[in-house]
Amino acid sequence: MEQAIISGLQGLINGFLHLEWRCVVMIFVGLLLLWLGIKKECEPLLLVPIGFGCILVNIPLADVMAEEGFLRVIYNMGISNELFPLLIFVGIGAMTDFGPLLANPSTFLLGAAGQFGIFLTLALALALGFPKLDAVSIGIIGACDGPTAIYVTSKYAPHLLGAVSVAAYSYMSLVPVIQPPIMKLLTTDKERTTIMQTMKGSVSRTTKLLFPLVITLIGGVIAPKGLPLLGTIMLGNLMRESGVVSRLTKASENEIANVVTLFLGLAIGATMAGAAFLRPQTLIILSLGFVAICLDTVCGVMLGKIMRVLSGGKINPLIGAAGISAFPMAARVAQREGQKYNKKSYLLMHAMGANAGGQVGSVIAAAVMLSVLTGMGII
Amino acid sequence: MDNLTFGITMMVCGMGGTILTLWILSLIMTLLGKIFPEKKEEK
Repeated sequence: MEQAIISGLQGLINGFLHLEWRCVVMIFVGLLLLWLGIKKECEPLLLVPIGFGCILVNIPLADVMAEEGFLRVIYNMGISNELFPLLIFVGIGAMTDFGPLLANPSTFLLGAAGQFGIFLTLALALALGFPKLDAVSIGIIGACDGPTAIYVTSKYAPHLLGAVSVAAYSYMSLVPVIQPPIMKLLTTDKERTTIMQTMKGSVSRTTKLLFPLVITLIGGVIAPKGLPLLGTIMLGNLMRESGVVSRLTKASENEIANVVTLFLGLAIGATMAGAAFLRPQTLIILSLGFVAICLDTVCGVMLGKIMRVLSGGKINPLIGAAGISAFPMAARVAQREGQKYNKKSYLLMHAMGANAGGQVGSVIAAAVMLSVLTGMGII
Repeated sequence: MDNLTFGITMMVCGMGGTILTLWILSLIMTLLGKIFPEKKEEK
């Protein structure tokens, strides 16, 4: 009898006995993510479920990521087969207005320059000794695009998923802090105060309808490996622009995106088990992610400067910084910085064009990268 | 393939491929914008 009671009580303290220091540290990391999401409102839709998932997976003996564990079920349902990021992309396509981009298609190029950080960071990761596919997954943080980063990493370096996702979403939310000093450093006073002309005319419905089809067909043929990414975002946008499937559009941008975001966040948090996450390479990945986003900004602003010269001084290079995928945050940063230096400067619509270009650019860059890897026989 | 060759190939083909693809797309979309201008009733 006594023995039975002692054994029963021991069952209640087993969790404490198995609590490793790494689990404790990761529980604090989870709490930090929750604090960032709730108190600082940094990407709360993702950081809250990621933080909670991180806490859940680090509670010993709960086995939430064991074969039958509920987080493992969610992980297998949509991360290991890359379904969740793709469903998110349908929602992003349904939410995004590519009108400003189509009104000035040359801003597509700013969206390309904003992705150069991917490839430069990939090279840096290789130089630091990461294996090829790990370096690819680290580089993709530079896409500044959570779903793209998750898609590529879950496919080619699933052991880095936690670090890459946390880096991607954290730095995305820090764009308003990271970009302005770089924008100031790389531009002269004259460049920053440039007033851009109001954008001419808007875009016809036919062009808006043809846009997702052209991107899917041309992008898909050039980089077929990235077609799932391109196809889903463009499907969402076609539904939006067609105006005839409003129920599907609304479901994609609300119900589906919300449910998937919850599962996605929890499953990513579940990859942050102490033993796998608390390694020196996680810190290196977080640092490289920061470098990637800085390099994106540098390349975007530099291309903005080149375009300014080519256009005879009509372009304000600050909009180059908006050529990343953090939509519409990066465009707002360009507008705010422009106004800071010249109250009469209204860059928002131009920056929105570059930002929408960055949205397409990040997907194209990932697609191109996957196709180049296929061409080289790496994947 | 060694890391140096891989890194340089990825940078050249990746950055080049991305900018080339987006440039082609910008040309096509410019062309489509001209072929299908906004109609008065749309304004």
